[in-house]
Amino acid sequence: MTALPPEPVRKLGLVIDLDTCVGCHACVIACKGWNDVAYGAPLGDADAYGADPSGAFLNRVHSYEVQPPDGPAQHVHFPRSCLHCDSAPCVPVCPTGASYKRAEDGIVLVNEDACIGCGLCAWACPYGAREMDPSAGVMKKCTLCVDRIYNDALPEQDREPACVRTCPSNARHFGDLADPESAASQLVEARGGFALMPETGAAPVNRYLPPREKDWDETGWGDETDVLAPWLAPVAEEPQGFLGWLDRTLGKV
Amino acid sequence: MHPARSLIAFTTLSGLGFGLLAWLGIDPTPPTGAVAAAFYLVAAALALAGLGVSALHLRRPERAWRAFREWRTSWLSREAWTAALALALSGAQGLLLTFGTGLLPALGMGLAPLGWLAAAAALGTVLCTAMIYAQLATVPRWHHWSTPALFLALAITGGALLSGRIAVASVALALTGALQLWCWWDGDKRFARAGHSLATATGLGGIGTPRPLFPAHTARSYVMDEMVCTVGRRHARKLRALSLALMTVLPVVLLQLPMPHLFGFLALVSHVIGVFVSRWLFFAEAEHVSGLYYGRR
Repeated sequence: MTALPPEPVRKLGLVIDLDTCVGCHACVIACKGWNDVAYGAPLGDADAYGADPSGAFLNRVHSYEVQPPDGPAQHVHFPRSCLHCDSAPCVPVCPTGASYKRAEDGIVLVNEDACIGCGLCAWACPYGAREMDPSAGVMKKCTLCVDRIYNDALPEQDREPACVRTCPSNARHFGDLADPESAASQLVEARGGFALMPETGAAPVNRYLPPREKDWDETGWGDETDVLAPWLAPVAEEPQGFLGWLDRTLGKV
Repeated sequence: MHPARSLIAFTTLSGLGFGLLAWLGIDPTPPTGAVAAAFYLVAAALALAGLGVSALHLRRPERAWRAFREWRTSWLSREAWTAALALALSGAQGLLLTFGTGLLPALGMGLAPLGWLAAAAALGTVLCTAMIYAQLATVPRWHHWSTPALFLALAITGGALLSGRIAVASVALALTGALQLWCWWDGDKRFARAGHSLATATGLGGIGTPRPLFPAHTARSYVMDEMVCTVGRRHARKLRALSLALMTVLPVVLLQLPMPHLFGFLALVSHVIGVFVSRWLFFAEAEHVSGLYYGRR
């Protein structure tokens, strides 16, 4: 059914820490690796070793530079995947009922046997979180590793999404965001976690933790930041010799 | 958005076909016999060709029948139903008008409600097609009442041209041209009006002004191919002028000339080419919000 379920009691999702993410793409690879052999059709590639390789990924890591009004620019790595939205716009548009949101835990999934590969759900997603499988011709998306988190065959510490399990800087957290007592919710509360593009009305479940404020004053990064800083200061503010002459002459022209 | 040839051909051809079926449906003095057969065959061929081409857009066309299931929520599913309904009703009407000429006096006005229903279903199909695009809040240029208005206006205009209604078509062409101009003028502002930016997309606006530093992947991806396609916009202004000239201005002039069969046909050809160009721009100029993550629109 492509009607959205009533508000789920549990809302499983990810909390992604933009402060500690180092942009190593390990989550991208862990996700690709797990989903190559797990839920549904293997996450496919096209022309993998050829001139124009491409493939479906359920997680992508962007890198942005943020320029505050005062202070130096910050570098933020930004993992992007399905946010398992409360009012998932990708679900009601599906003509076949293949795209659905689970009533029990809020995970948004695709029933690949019913998917006709029209791509309308990917158009409806504001976050670009869905990608068509180039070989199976069905829509792929983050399953929140539904085949890991409830999997009794796995050791308990592995019963979390592959991206969370693999993250070397602990920038990814998994939990029930409907439960205010869960570790994930507590983290969102403590760090001022936010939703992406709230103006779309999709009401995403996943939260992002903002980069922490950096120590900084007008003189630079503070005395202790870099012992080499005094030696790296420019020795001549004004150009000398030939360059100085060129600079003065061109300045007059 | 990627201007997929299958979708451009589908929306243009099926719009014309269903537009013609709508005019045939409400005609109080419909053609009969061989003339009716010709009109209905042209309309059905256009509508079916459009629907056939649209199946090319599916990655798993053998499962297309499943699209009838979710009519409660999905405009794509509703489109499948209205298209089937329109073809069935118009088919019945067309068969009666072609082969049942002996029955017609007995039926009298009894045939009219069938025609009205067929016309409603035909325009309903065009409406559902347009709503597939208009419902997408992710594409602010499409997410507007003017999207179904323009699709319906083009279908009605094209249908009037195809069915040889010169006076009606002339007025419809002028009105549709004005609507198209306004859609371009207003559409250019809709992305900014929706308030999306890289700052809201990343939530980093609270710290400062974000800009993309390096890409998430070096190869292309489905999202980039499909949603972040900017190549088709390069000649947008010239194409707009060309589209408006071919779609409305030239046909209006041609329709006023003598020899309506020759110049009417030329007006139709010009109009259809113009609609193709307009539909190309409809896709190529549409900006999807997910492009923001890639620093593009």
